[in-house]
Amino acid sequence: MAETPITEPGRLQAMLEWLDERAGLRTIWKTVFARTVPRTNWFYTLGSATLILGMLQGITGMLLTIYYVPTPDHAYDSIQYIMNEVAFGWLIRGLHHWGATLLIITVFLHMLRTFYMGAYKYPRELTWLTGALLLLIALVFGFSGYLLPWNQKAYWASSVGTSIVGAVPGIGPLLLRIVRGGEEIGAVTLARFYSLHIWWMPLAALLLIGVHLYLVIRIGITAPPERDE
Amino acid sequence: MSNLASSPGEKPGRRTFLSGIIGLVISTVATLVGLPAIGYIVSPGLKRQNPEKWLTLGPLTSLTPGVPTGFPFSRKIKDGWVESTQTGVAYAVTHDGQNVKVFSNVCTHLSCRVTWNEERGGFFCPCHDGLFGLDGQVLAGPPPRPLDQFQVKVENGQIQILLEA
Repeated sequence: MAETPITEPGRLQAMLEWLDERAGLRTIWKTVFARTVPRTNWFYTLGSATLILGMLQGITGMLLTIYYVPTPDHAYDSIQYIMNEVAFGWLIRGLHHWGATLLIITVFLHMLRTFYMGAYKYPRELTWLTGALLLLIALVFGFSGYLLPWNQKAYWASSVGTSIVGAVPGIGPLLLRIVRGGEEIGAVTLARFYSLHIWWMPLAALLLIGVHLYLVIRIGITAPPERDE
Repeated sequence: MSNLASSPGEKPGRRTFLSGIIGLVISTVATLVGLPAIGYIVSPGLKRQNPEKWLTLGPLTSLTPGVPTGFPFSRKIKDGWVESTQTGVAYAVTHDGQNVKVFSNVCTHLSCRVTWNEERGGFFCPCHDGLFGLDGQVLAGPPPRPLDQFQVKVENGQIQILLEA
């Protein structure tokens, strides 16, 4: 070791070295962030934009669960409480509300880019497949979250939305009862939509995003196709 | 990372500049969400939902010395988004028409409601036959301590009691 006086940046550097030697931080950084990519354009940032929005949805969603209560007698009032009484409640809920809409848009644009650039082809079929599943998950997120405010719009939109399930030939009425947890939308529906919204969909999304990103990093991204390709 | 700063065909400054921009955007977003989030989490703990409040019962002249007068009152209690109503009867007692004591009608034994009982000559609790005197002192039965008193003030001849937070 060189006999240099230990300054603050030197100490920080030493700590990073210590961590890197044990956890391989530099390798992670190089593989995930500093990997080589072909020359692309701004449309290739839509996946990252979706990921960032998803993270924001996760954080604001977790914050909302601090006050929100998913029962018919508390759901609406607890949201009024968030909006009017809690400091910055309007901001946190607003971010979650508009972030949801924005996320659906970026997911869709991301899919269109992948489609028009032909990026779904060999060897990236699995990436496309997990992406398609993630699109469905995003839609289930949106649909289950729509009921939670428990206002007139939420109630009737979910009433109409779930009744689509009832149109399945034969087993439709049975499926509808299972989705709603009864004949009508009620306490059971609210609770199961909430569960779907904060447990099942987030876990499924996390898992699939993990696979999706692993594949993106492992295979690398495509360049935009040339004119004669 | 510094060892990646100069890859072929790129000016050394470009990567650092872009990293700086990305870092700036990330920290801006983190601050814009993070700081409000702190306020969002702590705010209900810093706010008194049911501030203490002086309640006017009625004129001092309406009291008869030696006979308690019951004043029913109710008050809205807020617990987050849950609102409820607290009701009670405040018994005002005066001996000289000047000084007033106001008693809560909640029995100090098991919180049943006491009423003024002329025959027994005291505040009677029907649950376990507790009896309190005109000044709230325990005369008979299981109550462990005298009736609770409200803080009282008389302003412009009106009796006021303090409802605590």
